[in-house]
Amino acid sequence: MTTTPETPNPPASLDTTNLPAEGGFIGSGQEGGIRDQARSYIQRVRSGDMGALPAIGGLIVLVILFTILSQAMLGQQFFLTERNFANLLTQASSLVMLAMALVFVILLGEIDLSAGVTSGVALSAFVVLTKPDTINMPWVPALLIALAVGVLIGAFIGFFVARVGIPSFVVTLGLFIGLQGVTLILLGAGGVFRIQIPDFLAIENSNLPVWGGWVMLGVILVVSFGMSMWDRALRTRAGVPNRTFALVIAKLVVIAVLGGFVVAVLNQNRSSSIKEIVGVPIVVPIVLVILWVGTFLLDRTKFGRYIYAIGGNAEAARRSGIKVITIRWAAFIVCSVLAVVAGVFSASKVGSVNAGFGVDTVLSGVAAAVVGGVSLFGGRGRLMHAAIGALVIAVIANGLGLLNLPAGVNYIVTGGVLILAATVDAVSRVRAGGSLFRT
Amino acid sequence: MADTPLIELTDIVKSFGPVSVLKGVNLKAYPGKVTALVGDNGAGKSTLIKGLAGVQPYDGGTVSFEGRTVNLHSPRDASHLGIEVVYQDLALCDNLDIVQNMFLGREETAGPIFDEGQMEREASETLRSLSVRTVKSVRQKVSSLSGGQRQTVAIARSVLKNAKLVVLDEPTAALGVAQTEQVLNLVRRLADQGVAVIIISHNLQDVFKVADYINVLYLGTMVASIPTAETTSDDVVGYITGSKTYDGANA
Repeated sequence: MTTTPETPNPPASLDTTNLPAEGGFIGSGQEGGIRDQARSYIQRVRSGDMGALPAIGGLIVLVILFTILSQAMLGQQFFLTERNFANLLTQASSLVMLAMALVFVILLGEIDLSAGVTSGVALSAFVVLTKPDTINMPWVPALLIALAVGVLIGAFIGFFVARVGIPSFVVTLGLFIGLQGVTLILLGAGGVFRIQIPDFLAIENSNLPVWGGWVMLGVILVVSFGMSMWDRALRTRAGVPNRTFALVIAKLVVIAVLGGFVVAVLNQNRSSSIKEIVGVPIVVPIVLVILWVGTFLLDRTKFGRYIYAIGGNAEAARRSGIKVITIRWAAFIVCSVLAVVAGVFSASKVGSVNAGFGVDTVLSGVAAAVVGGVSLFGGRGRLMHAAIGALVIAVIANGLGLLNLPAGVNYIVTGGVLILAATVDAVSRVRAGGSLFRT
Repeated sequence: MADTPLIELTDIVKSFGPVSVLKGVNLKAYPGKVTALVGDNGAGKSTLIKGLAGVQPYDGGTVSFEGRTVNLHSPRDASHLGIEVVYQDLALCDNLDIVQNMFLGREETAGPIFDEGQMEREASETLRSLSVRTVKSVRQKVSSLSGGQRQTVAIARSVLKNAKLVVLDEPTAALGVAQTEQVLNLVRRLADQGVAVIIISHNLQDVFKVADYINVLYLGTMVASIPTAETTSDDVVGYITGSKTYDGANA
């Protein structure tokens, strides 16, 4: 064992230099080769810390199931096709975004029932501002105003929840009802506003050029490698062990293979007519960037750490000097803004906004987060989990839709999957035991 | 009593409305010594501690820390001086790991992001300096720890940053025999490193095992302050219940 370097700022009262060497070492879960890491991961999973594993498993099962059913019931493959794969991604993007938005408040043990209608108000403002025959504002500033509406609504919720101390369920239920009225007034009764801004519609309906998809994958690989090396440099500087380098390589290989497969499939021509349709939908890199930034915030900054701490034990967080009110407030603002982004995707996909916009989406968002393994009690879950959960729910809707089953079946299956996911989570947690390493 | 006390409370008074809870209390704690504070429910132990933590400032009396008179008006004042209080409920986040809990609210950063390596090493060194052997990994979630291990983490958290005085509120109340033993050993080691420790306990057996001095509060008055070696369990019970009085003349 090498000697640890001198601490720059050692606790004055604690002399650590002349400790007995024997038995004094405390591990950090970073030691050992790839086998030890694999073993510790399996142990973590067995002790109930499954993360998104059930959702990933569910996703695989559903894809296989729908592939078989499509072949068997329709005599032709509609599900597992290049075109449907691209469709699925654009259909899912709004729900993925909404589920990720909700994670910020669910981690606090709170809820935002008004996330859907918040996007309704913001997008109503957007279509009214950009309407060609009246205000005719350029779409980028109008979009910024729509996002600002999200900030305002989030701040409003945060004020009543964090400052006044009303349960978020009640505040956002009130807003769920009230904001529908705002949308109705903005749009006028029965109004359907079509969006005719090509750049805005392109978010969901256009694709990156073929090379753009590969560049995107390259950027992901470079960033992933860079972050790993940065982490390792910091740990080396502090004199604590690093995970074996093989894991970094393994992670990059997995990203390269999976991502390469996805990009390659999306770069195939998926058009049924003469004009070819190729490329990664534009919305995909947008979602990935937001996912990366959000995960960075939650994992590596005080804001994120304090969200987890408050969700775990708000009183402990308060005694540690954390400004609980401010953090809660900020989390609701982040949630509302990202909910508006989800609304933007949805409006871009459909090409119109009506008075009922966003009313029926929020519970799907919550369901997606829970299916992905985010705990409604707070303190547990990641953005990636919510995104995977949203994909599960989107695959169900997409697959059942292709099978021409009645819409009712979709609801029943989605509800069933939600309860199943919650059950898997609960059962895995009952099998208690020590989870040795961090998630 | 050759040493000078690290902290000396003189004539501390505190009342809530008409109810006088502390009626001129004196208390000393020495570096490297464990000072026990015992007394029945309602004797004023918690009020005395909350004043030390700066959570509930005293109404009157003087607090002298390292020979200087100081004000304890907020938790920040207390932590600036190096006073840390470990409350009975420990205030740990179950969903975070040991390092994250020990550094909660005072994380080491490299630029805008956490310096996890630095925190991991400091946490590990602090635990090692307390000869903690029961924790396998500093990246273990607190939810997976036993009661004694949690107490250990809470105490280690308190000494992470230059604590001079650590106040422990009922550290063994919820623990089994073996774990109580571990925590008491930890308290002893803490003091051996030069920290002044004040321990509140209802368990006289524990107090006699670990404390150098015993202070007895009875209805807001410090009725006895005795070196542990010069008293017996029976006497202390007498002081706590008020059935015996202590003539401090020969102390």
